[in-house]
Order: sequence, then C-alpha cells, then structure tokens
Amino acid sequence: MDQQEQGSEQTPSVVATAAALEAISQLLKGHSKGIAFFQSGGCCDNSAPMCFEEGEMIVGKVDRLVGMVSGCPYYIDFRQYETYRNSQIILDVEDGEADGFSLPAGVEGKHFITRTKICARNASGSHNV
Amino acid sequence: MQINKIYIPPGQPGSIVSLKEVYGNFIGGKFVPPVKGQYMDDISPTTGKPFTKVAKSTQEDVDLALDAAHAAKEKWGEILPLSERAKVLNKIADAMEANEEMLAVAESWENGKPVRETLNVDIPMAIDHFRYFAGATRMLEGSITEIDKDTLAYHIHEPLGVVGQIVPFNFPILLASWKIAPALAAGNCTVVKPASPTPWSLLKVMEVINDVVPPGVINVVTGPGAEIGKALATSPRIAKIAFTGETVTGRLIMQYAAQNIIPATLELGGKSPNIFFEDVLDKDDDFMRKAVEGFVMYAFNKGEVCTCPSRALIQKSIYDKFMAKAIESIKKIKQGNPLDTNTMIGPQVSMQQIHKISSYIDIGKQEGAELIIGGEKAQFPGDLAGGYFFKPTIFKGENNMRIFQEEIFGPVVAVTTFEDENDAIRIANDTLYGLGAGVWSRDGTRAYRVSRAIKAGRVWINCYHAYPAGASFGGYKISGVGRETHRMALEHYTQTKSMLVSYSEKPFGFF
Repeated sequence: MDQQEQGSEQTPSVVATAAALEAISQLLKGHSKGIAFFQSGGCCDNSAPMCFEEGEMIVGKVDRLVGMVSGCPYYIDFRQYETYRNSQIILDVEDGEADGFSLPAGVEGKHFITRTKICARNASGSHNV
Repeated sequence: MQINKIYIPPGQPGSIVSLKEVYGNFIGGKFVPPVKGQYMDDISPTTGKPFTKVAKSTQEDVDLALDAAHAAKEKWGEILPLSERAKVLNKIADAMEANEEMLAVAESWENGKPVRETLNVDIPMAIDHFRYFAGATRMLEGSITEIDKDTLAYHIHEPLGVVGQIVPFNFPILLASWKIAPALAAGNCTVVKPASPTPWSLLKVMEVINDVVPPGVINVVTGPGAEIGKALATSPRIAKIAFTGETVTGRLIMQYAAQNIIPATLELGGKSPNIFFEDVLDKDDDFMRKAVEGFVMYAFNKGEVCTCPSRALIQKSIYDKFMAKAIESIKKIKQGNPLDTNTMIGPQVSMQQIHKISSYIDIGKQEGAELIIGGEKAQFPGDLAGGYFFKPTIFKGENNMRIFQEEIFGPVVAVTTFEDENDAIRIANDTLYGLGAGVWSRDGTRAYRVSRAIKAGRVWINCYHAYPAGASFGGYKISGVGRETHRMALEHYTQTKSMLVSYSEKPFGFF
C-alpha cells in the first residue's frame, strides 16, 4: 500500500502523458469521490489499466501502490508487482471503448492504455532510464 | 473441411448471413429495442469498419431481461419434466446445426477468427456442448444417505433460479454455449452479456434458436461492461454470476457477488507452458510433426485463447533443431481474410488488442528478449487495409521477463530452454496462473509425472487446444474458480436440498 519498501530494490513506477492527465481531469469533474487505477492481467482484456471511481473496487492487502497520477492512485496486485519491478508504466490514451468495467478515458470512445519503459539497473542501484 | 472457398461478408449480396441495420436485445423471446434507444457500432476487425449496430443498453434493459428470466424460471426449472428440458437443449443443438455454416461465417466476420476454425471447431463444439448437457440433464440425480434404518437424507439438486453470465470476445458463441448449456440443464434461466467487441454473433444464434426455447429462458443484453456488465453483476436478482475475462474485473465480480452473497465462477486466463522433451525428435515421424504443430498452436485463434500455449519450454539439447522446424511451419502460416477457408490466422478482435500486443513487443525488446520472427502488424491491401492484423511472433528470452509472465492475448510465443525434467517443472510453475499446460514426450511415464507436478487445471499430454465436452476446464491459482465443460459444472448451477425424513413413529423422548 505504500512505497516504503522501495529502498535500493527496483520497484515499478507510473507516469502519465498529457492526454492521460487531461482524461483524468475530465473524469474527476464527474466523479467527486476521485478515481483509482488498477493494473489488470490475464484473459481477454489482459493488461488494461482499469479505471474506477474511488471505492468501487475495494483496495485490499493484495494491492500495492505503484504511484499517483494527478492525485489518483495506481495499484497493482502484489503478485504482479515483482514482474513489473523494472517497469515504468506510462499511462496514455487511445481511441476505442474502455475494456471490462473500466471508465472511459475522459470521454466515450477513448480508453486508457499503458506503455512501458523498462528501467535497467546501474551499479549504484538507481534506475537508469 | 471445405477448401478454396471465400465466403461473402454478412449482409453483402450473395452472403449466407443476413444482416439488419440494428439489433435490439433478446429478451423474453423477442428482439426488443433498448429502452433509451441508443445503439453502438459493431466493427469488423477484418476491415476496421462498422458493419451493424447493436443495443447500447442500460440498467433498464438489464432489469427487463431479469423480469423475463424470473417470469420463466418456475416453469423451466420446476414444472417442466427433465425429458422436456433435455429436448429443448437438443433442439437448440439441432437448430444451430441446421445453420452451422451461417453461424460460422457470422462469428468469423465479427471476431476475425478464420472461418476454417469456426466451421470445424467453434460451431460444431458449441452444438455438441448443448447435446452433452442435454444428456447431463437426464443424468441429474440426487443421492440418499441412510442415517439409520428408519432415517433417510434425500439430497436433491434444485436450480438456483436466474443467473448472470458474462461471455468473452474470443469465442463469442462457443464460450456462450459453455455457460448457457449447464445453466439451462440445471434448470436455471439466464441473462447473458456478450463481450462488447462481439455482441452480434450470439444474437444470430438467438435468431435461429428462438422458436425452440421458451421465452425468457435465455436473454441476451448487449452494451458496455461498465454499464450493463456491472448492472447485471451487482443485481440482487441474480442467484449466481459467471465470468470469463481478466483479473481485475474478475475481482470486481467476486466483490459484487460477496455483497449479494451469491456464488461466482471465474475463468481469468493463463500463461500456459508448452513443454517439449528431447525425445519428441527421436524419430522423423507423425508424432514429431504433431509436436511441432503443437508448438505452432499459439497462433490458433490468433492467440486469443485463455489457454494459448504462450510459453514454450524446449529442452536445450533439441532447441536449434526443433525451432528450425517450428519456424519453417510458422513461415507457412497464411494470414488474411478470415472468410477465406485457406486462411490460418485472421485479424485480432479489436484495435485495443493491437495496442496491447504492440506494447508487449516493445516490452520484450526493451527487456532484451530476442525477436526471432514477426513482431509487427501485418498490412494487406484493399478492403483489408483497415484490419487489425498482427504477424505470428516468436521471442526467445527468460521466464522472469514480463513477456513470459503476462498474458499477451495475441499470436506471440515466448520461448525458453530447460535442462532437465525438474528444470522444466520449475519454469512451468513459475507463473501466477494455472489454467493450461502442454507436455510432449514419447515417454508416457515421464509425461504423467510432469503433468501431475504442474499446477494447472488442464494439462494436455501429446496434444493441445482440444476442448471436448466431458473433460473439465478451469484454473488453478489466479486463473479462476470453478469448472466448465463437464457435468460437474452443474454443481455450480444447482443448490442441494437435503430432506431428512424419519420413518419411525417412536417419540424423541426429550419432552
């Protein structure tokens, strides 16, 4: 639930593109409780970043906070966290309807996607992006 | 298998598939317009263009479907003799069979899967599924426990009532049948939500079975997941929810089910290992060719299969020789118009999937995996120029890479090598998922040993991608909860009444 464990170990992180920030600000106008992102995995819509109104999905012990985008939390299941350890998630927007039960990216017909920057680790242990 | 035939797209002159401009929901045995009158485009992945419109439903439409299902449930589940219930399931199969080719073309056009697959796999298996569960209906039996000579416990399986079922886009008709057939066989009525990219082909099934199914027993409501998937899954008027899809939605479904205190069954995908031991190359024979084909199975249905053999584990001693044969086979894959019976791989279901696959190609390259073949979109001229085609792709890398750990849901296989049996088992189980696995060896004892050691709900030994009714299907670990394609699925769709009867007239003696 926090990034206390970061230390010198590599951990995933998240940033958002201008389009994603704009979409989030649109969504926040209609969702006063705020919104939260959950990194999905598995069948069909697989790695889609699912976006819900805050509280729709109960945040549990399994969720790790990857980071905040525009004040909105981005969570990943602890079992996926390790796989994503070298990954900087870049939240972006593309055309197309949202996957699963996710909110659209601001307006209908747009959905959130992720791109990734794999961060190699240099000798000092810090991220070498 | 028919050869050298190119079907005409639905709705075009000469096509065997009729097409309307708009489709309403299928509720209470009728096609009804959505309450709010909104429709959404259904896009053919082959052209990237809309070919029809389906209802963009809302809560109100889900409510109507639930009304219809509740109105039908008593007669269907409690009054109708089992023989009649079975007859309906058989009639569904017969009606689909009479329209097999039409449904195969419809599903191929909507999903992008090659028509040779829908003709030979999806539709025949969907039909068989209804027949299997028609038989299972007749086999529904309770049990009796003799508590003592005069006290018997009768266990009777009763229907749940009305269930909600959410179907994925990768097998719009077959996986709908996997869900609908056991629900009906057990005496339930259902409200089905097809996947947003593939709502129409199931409506074509409803057109052909409408005359043989009592109104309200099956209802299909189309629309966005966030609106109607949620409306269905959260409804206090369903007694059970079934879902196939990704993990976050799976979790939400369970959360909603927890609020209603109802059961949920989930199938959430996998990252299935396909293990090739060195003895597969001992002889240059049919078995060897079958094993190589088993590797190439990752391209079946363009890789959009929950059990796609997307991790290939090849014994180091045969890696070069085996891969040479596999690559030769992959180079012969014919990609293009899915309505051409010679086509082996069609377009991915949607642009969204192309975005995800492309993202994983990028991740694989950044992680340092070796791109052996493919790795990019495929372009075709003319009508196919806007299609969502992706070339069959092979990466070589290590099992801790993201391309080995996450389901890509495209024609992408991640290959690695192993030293020995223990190494193979270790790598195979080093995954969050446990849906499918393949084991290839001429040594039956070893194949058995390895299969038992793999933590997955389905292990194929010397075969792959076979899904016959009668063999159970479902996941270990985070791949899900529950089993389908076997009559044990009826347990998920019934509840047990235990009637404890005393045939003794002697008083208790307590009071």
